[in-house]
Amino acid sequence: MYPDYMAESLRKVVQTRPARLELARKPDPVYPPMNAEERRAVLEGFHPDFEASARRAVRVGPNKGEKLTTEVSELLESHSWLRSEQVNLDKPDFETDLLIVGGGGAGCNAALVAMKEHGVRSIIATKLRMGDANSMMSQGGMQAAVSRTDSPTRHYLDAIGGGHFENKPELVRALTEDGPGVVKWLEDLGVVWDKEKDGSMKTMHGGGTSRKRMLSCRDYTGAMIMRTLMDEVRNHPDMIAVKEFMPAVELIMDDKGRCAGAVLYDMESEEFFTVKAKSTLIATGGYGRLHIRGYDTTNHYGATGDGLVMAYRAGAKLMYMDSVQYHPTGVSFPEQIAGFLVTEAIRGAGGQPLNKDGELFVFPREPRDIEASAIIRECVQNGGGVPTPSGRVGVWLDSPLIDMLHGEGYTDKHFPAMYRQFIQYGIDITKLPMLIYPSLHYQNGGIEINERCETDLPGLYVAGEATGGLHGRNRLMGNSVLDYNVFGRRAGRYAGEYAKKVKLGKLSLTHLDAYEKELAGAGVKTDLVTPVLLPSYAPKDVKKRQLLRGGNTLPGASIINRLHNERSGA
Amino acid sequence: MARASAETKESTVTVSIMGKLHEVPEDATIMGAIEYAGHQIIRGAGCREGYCGACATLYRLPGDYKIYTGLACMTLVEDGMTLTQIPYVPAVKAIYDIEKLKPNVTAIQQHYPSVFRCVACGTCTRSCPQGLQVMDYVQAAKRGDIAQVMDLSFDCVVCGLCMLRCPAEIVQPLVGILAKRLYGRYLRQDSPELAERVKAVEGGAYNAEYSELMTMGREALSKLYYARDSE
Repeated sequence: MYPDYMAESLRKVVQTRPARLELARKPDPVYPPMNAEERRAVLEGFHPDFEASARRAVRVGPNKGEKLTTEVSELLESHSWLRSEQVNLDKPDFETDLLIVGGGGAGCNAALVAMKEHGVRSIIATKLRMGDANSMMSQGGMQAAVSRTDSPTRHYLDAIGGGHFENKPELVRALTEDGPGVVKWLEDLGVVWDKEKDGSMKTMHGGGTSRKRMLSCRDYTGAMIMRTLMDEVRNHPDMIAVKEFMPAVELIMDDKGRCAGAVLYDMESEEFFTVKAKSTLIATGGYGRLHIRGYDTTNHYGATGDGLVMAYRAGAKLMYMDSVQYHPTGVSFPEQIAGFLVTEAIRGAGGQPLNKDGELFVFPREPRDIEASAIIRECVQNGGGVPTPSGRVGVWLDSPLIDMLHGEGYTDKHFPAMYRQFIQYGIDITKLPMLIYPSLHYQNGGIEINERCETDLPGLYVAGEATGGLHGRNRLMGNSVLDYNVFGRRAGRYAGEYAKKVKLGKLSLTHLDAYEKELAGAGVKTDLVTPVLLPSYAPKDVKKRQLLRGGNTLPGASIINRLHNERSGA
Repeated sequence: MARASAETKESTVTVSIMGKLHEVPEDATIMGAIEYAGHQIIRGAGCREGYCGACATLYRLPGDYKIYTGLACMTLVEDGMTLTQIPYVPAVKAIYDIEKLKPNVTAIQQHYPSVFRCVACGTCTRSCPQGLQVMDYVQAAKRGDIAQVMDLSFDCVVCGLCMLRCPAEIVQPLVGILAKRLYGRYLRQDSPELAERVKAVEGGAYNAEYSELMTMGREALSKLYYARDSE
């Protein structure tokens, strides 16, 4: 339940509701959408990326001198777990055609397509369980231009406008043009899409869409897709070997500068293993668990940007790593679920963000960066937020409107996960609004790829959230689910094709030594060892006691980081 | 305003985490309590928002003989609670070629015959942290009612608690996944506009429009974007 002091504000929400319901029933927008100039002003004034300390130049590597998100620069200016002389590469522990790092949606798609189209064997190495990925958590849906009033080129225009015209055009074309085919691919694998009575796809709006284009599986869209893909992967144990709790910690190169596999780390036995692979796919997802600018995150436990740092050390260039996506509607209250995602589909279905006086202050379906910035502006500049007992702030998201617009039972049927999350705390979202505030959601940039998922490094492919260029500096809702399917499939196709013809040379990890030298040369002093692998949520006093033995004062130090410090030669 | 982790709170409760007593904040989730106690979870945390089923947990409450089940990320601690996370529930997934199956009771019989051991005791339903009617979908599976299994198991997060508690040793979540795939593959209503659109794309129907958009300057593209009509 909401604390008593919020009652006055809640009363105002109820008071203004009938008029707002009327607005919602009309075809016109309930609040005027911003023009280009207004968008620019709210972004530059209030988006966290524009805060003074949000970006700083990275001192080493392929993007040296470029201003990146401060936490990303820190991540990249870090030590490897390994030195080349410590690893024997003469007899790899495993050999395969295609090594896939990451067991989310992109990785599973790639393994299946590489197998089906090229008969290529793969290993999926993943940090937690297969499917422990942001792919699993997508609630609201996947964009794909399937309805008759829509077209792939219209989807292209929406995506590229949402990304402020900075997206790589060939990637957006691949995304939007492959979209309908992906819907069919998934349906044939057994994904149960929401349908109208006549069998046509149920479509909804998302932020920045000019046509209803969001396809869904209730509010378990990602889970439905992910579990279907995982089940199919598990049906081919002879072709796809899944290694869980075995993240990659560095890429292996060959003497011709081609990527040739990776070193894996077993989270349980703490052993390192070498994998020789003809081609390697990074599908490690994003970095929400780095808690950029101290924000809560909607991301899964392992989202620590591991692929970024491995690829960067090997020489792959990053793109748009100065841009972070904050989802407009993360939970602000109750405290226990603070930062959790409230699906954008709530606004797609008619939910409205309101200030403490129960008034609209922004069009509910602006692109995400605009919507999030407008919410921050309302709280920070206009004092329109509602403070929470633990010192957070939020604005209302008026969810009871949804059943009023679409009929009783609609929320129950379409948002069962959302309902469950709140009812636990005595908040019935069909009767009470939710209190929300932006939450760290998505890594807009990443490792630069082309439409074949190729990077600067031969043999290294990247797909999904780990890539940069597709979404420009702002991704629209539903384009990441499509992204991991489209580019996961493309990665399987092209990395599979490459694996059939490449002859690898002598394996090497000398790039790690070169990177260490570059760090020293640039005067970087850090005790950070990456990949981070897991965040630590132990309280400060516990952390202090944990860190006694290694003298390690890392903010996010995990057990694993400390192990590194104890090793001889580190 | 937007903090990454909750720090020390005033009021605490005492919980037993695998037999060891810890003082934890009274409003913590079980997952929060385990981390507050200083554990680095490796098996037992995934999405942390109730979608992935990684954090299945068993607990008892003081003065109560019952074993309760829950997801650690979604369940709040109570004073005197004694708990353990379940790192993994052993279960063997059947291997099948979905293209060679039919959406009927034979598929269930072939791949998950243990379904027919169900004694309708309802333990699975009582142990489901999602509140699903698990026993009802097991019964539907016995009848070969694939559509009903799909519908009732739709929100399953595969935490495995039902199959851990089931006296008949049925693997309910796996049956649900098979049924959902059979429904999506064979029992769905086909979408005519989807087939048309896929064909149009394959036939290159959008090539010219793409070429035009992709070579357009930023200003022209921006103009087109802000002038576009909306549904």
